[in-house]
Amino acid sequence: MSGAVTNIRSGARREWVINLVLLAGLGLVPLWAWFADAPFTITLATRAAILALAGTGLNIALGMGGLVSFGHAVFFGIGGYAMGILASHAQNYDPLVQWPVVIEGTQFMPVIWIVAILAGAVAALVIGALSLRTSGVYFIMITLAFGQMFYYFAISWPAYGGEDGLAIYVRNGFPGLNTLDPIQYFALCFAVLLVVLFFNARLIRSPFGLALNAARQSTQRVEAVGMDPFRLRLAAFVLSGAITALAGALFADLNRFASPAMFSWQLSGEIMVFVILGGVARLCGPLAGAVVFVMLEHFLGGLSEYWHIFLGLLLLLVVLLAKGGLIGLLSGRGAAHG
Amino acid sequence: MADQHTLLPVLEARSITRTFAALKANEDVSIDLKQGEIHAVIGPNGAGKSTLIQQICGTLAPDSGEVFLAGENITPLKAHQRARRGLARTFQVSALAMEDTVLENAVLGALGAQSGAGVSVMGMFSSALGNRALRDAAMEALLRVGLRDKAQVRTAQLSHGERRQLELAVALTLKPKAFVMDEPMAGLGASGSKAMTEFLDRLRREAPILLVEHDMDAVFALADRISVLVYGRIIATGTVDEIRADAGVREAYLGEDA
Repeated sequence: MSGAVTNIRSGARREWVINLVLLAGLGLVPLWAWFADAPFTITLATRAAILALAGTGLNIALGMGGLVSFGHAVFFGIGGYAMGILASHAQNYDPLVQWPVVIEGTQFMPVIWIVAILAGAVAALVIGALSLRTSGVYFIMITLAFGQMFYYFAISWPAYGGEDGLAIYVRNGFPGLNTLDPIQYFALCFAVLLVVLFFNARLIRSPFGLALNAARQSTQRVEAVGMDPFRLRLAAFVLSGAITALAGALFADLNRFASPAMFSWQLSGEIMVFVILGGVARLCGPLAGAVVFVMLEHFLGGLSEYWHIFLGLLLLLVVLLAKGGLIGLLSGRGAAHG
Repeated sequence: MADQHTLLPVLEARSITRTFAALKANEDVSIDLKQGEIHAVIGPNGAGKSTLIQQICGTLAPDSGEVFLAGENITPLKAHQRARRGLARTFQVSALAMEDTVLENAVLGALGAQSGAGVSVMGMFSSALGNRALRDAAMEALLRVGLRDKAQVRTAQLSHGERRQLELAVALTLKPKAFVMDEPMAGLGASGSKAMTEFLDRLRREAPILLVEHDMDAVFALADRISVLVYGRIIATGTVDEIRADAGVREAYLGEDA
């Protein structure tokens, strides 16, 4: 018994070391690239940080809540379009709303982020309130259906680019930073990721985290102690959607482009794939997965446009051989949860 | 005051009926639980005991009939709302967070019970295990059932008997008005059964227990009253001696070994 307890502890310690190494690596590689004048590497790292953020959002629903959402691209896309719509109105000097009050667009990132977070949260509240009435395969299908709805809506909305998407000329601004400088924009995204990971680490240990985690394992258990599992899951879904929407805003800003593809089911799948690859319910699972995903995409994508085959193979191996994903494999904590 | 306690049942089901397709799982079942007592429900497999528990605890809605807790009609309430009103349930098949530690399971119960009093289930920034009040309440319950030394063990690693003890500990953290226990003796060895019997014997003074149990030794040792459920109907309610002597019960249920 005490041996088992010690194993849990040493595994947890090792996971912390791995997390720190991962974070340090993601922080230092762009710094090296900056000295070596390799801006594209910095862009790749920024992409990884943003995808890690999106995955961290999904991980709250998927990992902590056990909610297999196949529609998280909805929130990613909403964040992207929140950025695109606000920024395009601002750059065209065309107010967003004329009546009853005039609301201007903005190219000020903090405001864009707040709008993205709120829009993502509201969408998640509505989608969650409807889809969390179901579970299992039905939940997966309903979230997928919502994703497709948003995708086709974005395609058929000519005011904001329709199929062509929505491009902006300059990256939005953040006080004190030149966001067009790759290393500065990376630092900003990395900082956002760190803040969210810190929040997530607290969340896991919080009363809400404990209750949500228990609800995933036994609905009856949380009911029997007087908690409403639906409310817990809905709150998790909202939180999850809000974080993924923030990632979407950053992603669109990175590319200076919001496209309907941000809503696509393929993207929902990709986010889920790299979260599972890295380790579901692991604090830095999404980060590990996103880094591997971006590296594969870059190196193998250059060799063949069918690089997803290799991603699929890797996923297959990890799922079959390491139930806790890459993080679980490295930390020696096999089980996917805990 | 004392009279009122004895008069007013803590928990009462009135004319509960539930039908599954053509099968009447419960028909016009009325049962009550008074302060300080253990009221056992016995009956053969498929008699509707589990259905009755589910309807009392709110995981299954009755087709007709009502459930009262401390005088309040809780029929329209959901399971978690009934638990919050003071109805603590233990499950036949342990329903615990298996991947969590024993302590975390107990803290979950304390969190459910103390939510609103300084902590919130929706609290996202504080630490659950770091909360002194929650931890103390959890440890106290674990101490009472004898699981204190296993607090840091993962629940999945507990033996079957220890899981029953943990179920009980979580129910204790709720400081309920009434317990509803579904076969707490199931799967316990002889010594485990004896220890559980002694524990429940003392527990009834804190809150009355509606006890569904197959272990007749335990039932006869513990019950102040027994109700016999056969084919969804209560065919007799009475003291241990009355039930032992009841010809209908002997025929329908106790059979040759009573």
